[in-house]
Amino acid sequence: MRKLLVYLKDYKKESLLAPLFKMLEASFELFVPLVMASIIDVGIANGDRTHIMKMCGMLILLAVIGLTCSITAQYFSAKAAVGFAAKVRHALFSHIQSLSYSEMDEIGTSTMITRMTSDINQVQTGVNMVLRLFLRSPFIVFGAMIMAFTIDVKAALIFVVTIPLLAIVVFGIMLVSIPLYKKVQGGLDDVLLTTRENLTGSRVIRAFHKEKEETEKFREKNQTLTALQMFVGRISALMNPVTYIIINVAIVVLIWTGALRVESGNITQGEVVALVNYMSQILVELVKLANLIITITKSVACGNRIESIMEIHSTMKEGLGVEAADSKNEDYAVVFENVAMRYQSGGAPAVSGIDFKVRHGETVGIIGGTGSGKSTIINLIPRFYDTSEGRVLVDGQDVRDYTFEGLRDKIGIVPQKAVLFAGTIRDNMKWGKQDATDEAIWEAMTLAQASEFVEQKDGRLDAEVEQGGRNFSGGQKQRLTIARALVKQPEILILDDSASALDYATDAKLRQSIRSMKSDPTVFIVSQRAASILHADQIIVLDDGAVAGIGTHESLLRDCEVYQEIYYSQFQKKEA
Amino acid sequence: MAQTQNKKREKQKDTLSKVLRYIKKYWFYLVLSIILAAVSVVLTLYLPILTGDAIDYIIGKGQVDFASIFAILRKMAVIILITAVAQWIMNVCNNRMTYHVVRDIRMEAFEKIEHLPLSYLDSNSYGDIVSRVIADVDQFADGLLMGFTQFFTGVITIIGTLLFMLSVNVKITLVVVLITPLSFVVAGFIAKKTFSMFQLQSVTRGEQTALIDEMIGNQKIVQAFGHEDEALEKFDEINGRLEKYSLRAIFFSSITNPSTRFINSLVYAGVGVAGALSAIMGGISVGQLSCFLSYANQYTKPFNEISGVVTELQNALACAARIFEIIEEEPEVAEDEDAVVLEQVDGSVDLKHVYFSYTPDRKLIEDFNLNVKPGQRVAIVGPTGCGKTTLINLLMRFYDTDSGEILVSGEPIRHLTRESLRSSYGMVLQETWLKQGTIRENITMGKPDATEEEMIAAAKASHAHSFITRLPHGYDTVIGEDGGSLSQGQKQLLCIARVMLALPPMLILDEATSSIDTRTEQRIQSAFAKMMKGRTSFIVAHRLSTIQEADIILVMKDGHIIEQGNHEELLAKGGFYYNLYNSQFAK
Repeated sequence: MRKLLVYLKDYKKESLLAPLFKMLEASFELFVPLVMASIIDVGIANGDRTHIMKMCGMLILLAVIGLTCSITAQYFSAKAAVGFAAKVRHALFSHIQSLSYSEMDEIGTSTMITRMTSDINQVQTGVNMVLRLFLRSPFIVFGAMIMAFTIDVKAALIFVVTIPLLAIVVFGIMLVSIPLYKKVQGGLDDVLLTTRENLTGSRVIRAFHKEKEETEKFREKNQTLTALQMFVGRISALMNPVTYIIINVAIVVLIWTGALRVESGNITQGEVVALVNYMSQILVELVKLANLIITITKSVACGNRIESIMEIHSTMKEGLGVEAADSKNEDYAVVFENVAMRYQSGGAPAVSGIDFKVRHGETVGIIGGTGSGKSTIINLIPRFYDTSEGRVLVDGQDVRDYTFEGLRDKIGIVPQKAVLFAGTIRDNMKWGKQDATDEAIWEAMTLAQASEFVEQKDGRLDAEVEQGGRNFSGGQKQRLTIARALVKQPEILILDDSASALDYATDAKLRQSIRSMKSDPTVFIVSQRAASILHADQIIVLDDGAVAGIGTHESLLRDCEVYQEIYYSQFQKKEA
Repeated sequence: MAQTQNKKREKQKDTLSKVLRYIKKYWFYLVLSIILAAVSVVLTLYLPILTGDAIDYIIGKGQVDFASIFAILRKMAVIILITAVAQWIMNVCNNRMTYHVVRDIRMEAFEKIEHLPLSYLDSNSYGDIVSRVIADVDQFADGLLMGFTQFFTGVITIIGTLLFMLSVNVKITLVVVLITPLSFVVAGFIAKKTFSMFQLQSVTRGEQTALIDEMIGNQKIVQAFGHEDEALEKFDEINGRLEKYSLRAIFFSSITNPSTRFINSLVYAGVGVAGALSAIMGGISVGQLSCFLSYANQYTKPFNEISGVVTELQNALACAARIFEIIEEEPEVAEDEDAVVLEQVDGSVDLKHVYFSYTPDRKLIEDFNLNVKPGQRVAIVGPTGCGKTTLINLLMRFYDTDSGEILVSGEPIRHLTRESLRSSYGMVLQETWLKQGTIRENITMGKPDATEEEMIAAAKASHAHSFITRLPHGYDTVIGEDGGSLSQGQKQLLCIARVMLALPPMLILDEATSSIDTRTEQRIQSAFAKMMKGRTSFIVAHRLSTIQEADIILVMKDGHIIEQGNHEELLAKGGFYYNLYNSQFAK
């Protein structure tokens, strides 16, 4: 939690002023019992009406000052808390964006989403409450004690015993419940996961009529959550009754001591009343403090969870950047030098011993069975993952020397899963290049075979894309994602099995148009269709994470057994 | 303006009555809680009287009646103990009630999700729905709990204090009664002002959650395109708005407390003056005045709390309203009362004059007719976006036809139970979906009572067995959300194994092997072929090799069938299919 507090630093003024005004309000409140004691001991005892009226005016004045201070404090604390939350949200969002693929695989999407939403809200409430009350309450508690000392030292000793006792109870309950709140949040995460899963998998769940079972599963998780919540609730419910007992027993003792002190003539009746008032004031504040502590425990738990995400740093160190001149004269666009790569979660390396060179403008086909490591290889080029052994060079420079931006600027990627984002088609296309003109977009669309259906859309480039691109078919989405990569006019274009939803005719046209591109990019095509890579300058055949053969179609068909098998599974032998 | 206000109030009332319906089930705890609240409040109120009495026995030096004081103090001790116990039990009751109500609401929302028409799910952002079921419900719980714990005690304290005060002195009570309503007016005014602010905050929050869901859910693409800055910019824009709305909502609602506290202080001053004056005239004793002062504090404190609770409840109601929106969303068309359970599936499927479109203004499928005989293999080909997937949506009854009907085994599917219709199809979709759990759970999804041998046989048939055994824990490996670290192809193999195990009488394969390499695919084909034998199957595929052996090939374009026949017939025809087929060998 502590590290999050740096985000309050822009609100230093607010976070100082809020408690300060609260304390001002509180200190005026502390005068009230004294004024009342004076009414009793001076006003009533002497029958002095003017004194009573004067004191009454004093009370009202105190109230007005209190109100002003308090509203000022509320404003500053709301401003600081809300601003703080906005800053944390911003920081967390940008932090998550800086994480590498490995870390994101590790954390999981729904965890990141809860951290961004409900956890931050909880922290916001916590900060707001702390600024408002956390100083005020202890101040009143100790203030009341000090005031008691000014009245009578012996009676004040009761305060000295009572307050630590209360502190022990309050903090004891707090210590017990903090870890429990963590568990509650975990239960909530579980419930969230099931909900999300049922939304994304609604078709499959219904096809297998698993609704009842899923509901049952949800019921279980929901029940676990409820049980946890109630358990924590029962413990924190102890707070009020226990503090009530302590305070009131203290009042009983106070009256008895007061009686003794009055009997011996050390204090007056009015002063006993004032002492009792101070004790009641402590109770009122403690109730607030107790509620506050519950809020704080929750917030701290949430804050720690947010922080734990903030503490996950990308295992990848960004390079310092590469001089453009160094790379221009290089023959090879991409070189893999004896590369091996192991995912964090998986045991065996996903690929190993990968060694190949690609010249500028060449087209490389990567083919191989499911899970043979095709995607892994191309994920290494834009440095989404780091190699475990060997190195990857782009334009003669180690990818680890580039800045992320510098490296990824060169590369256009069409991922396996076609995802579009909410907005217009134009918005989506501009992902590749912020300042792309409509002309450039249309050109990319034409290349990607997407212009035809986009032209039929209402609003054309302004047509709405719903979240995830749900209002487009799989093939349309794929073509748009291809166009998105082309808008960028990349030096290296990577198509990660991204024509799978296209029919053969469109696929063929697409490849042709890419070949005709003026910028003559180096192209990597990952595919399972032999037809898609047949005409590549180089074909890399993968089998179980290792290279089974590299060469042209003809040479592979002659020498590479794996390639032959793949090829003939798609084309009848007679055509070979 | 007044009208919208009225409407808003109406809506709030409506939401409230719905919440009350959920609470009704736990009336026992509610009643117990109220009784205990009454007990603890009355005893709490009695305490100041005793304190006052005790103080009256402490008059001055040498004028203290220790015996009477001791008796009073002993009484106080007993009362304190009883109060504390009553308070604790009350808190526990409230906890129980709140968390059960919340559990029920969440459960109902979830059940609703299971029964919402797919058209709703397809057109609403998941992030928003999730935010309602999780964050809104959570916030609602907080509000409700606060309501329960403080509302009753608050109300009872007010009534109780009033009675006790009246029993001591009528005039001073009047002072209190006259000033306090101000507190209500102020609190009510603020609450009314803040409700719409909270709602605005809630809406903006939903918007932000949707963006977070989208961007973080697809973080890898965001990074690949170096779109982090733009995403952050958009995020910041919403974040800025949220900050503004939240500040307003929080600040204005937080004025309530100081304002009512101010009125408290006025009451306190009023009681002080009136009490002191009447004490001079001998109307009341100093002890009674002290008792009154502590009442004045206690009397107004619940007003504070109630008004605090009111704002909190407003917020809670705004959240509840958003949850109820989901709960009350129109579910899938109910099954007919006498819906038939499809038992003997012969596998014939008839589509008669089917019309369908997702949006009325864009016609998609028009006058679609198809007759599939039992055991036939139907392949559907056509350019992307021609309506292939839509056809499957209709067959599975994920969507209902606009007009015309679909018959399975001679029964119109609208007249069948959804469960029996859907379970007679085995479906493998292009978009693979796996649930979080073990590989075993995922494969046996369609047939939970399958034996180990059956499951392994299915996995072997779909060529998933070898990669599964290479996973750290084999079949018991837990895979994460949406397949986690598995590749698309591996996920697809698991989806195929799932269907191979369930072996329903009809099959739908929508691009079932699009992510699987052809070598493996060809091996699976033989298993598919075995599986399809005697089963009516619908196959959507781009790879024409998959389709060649179909009995009927439907060539679709723009929602219509433009060609129909088997492979040879269509090739001979030299039409659209012919071009499509030849294009795969093109350069």
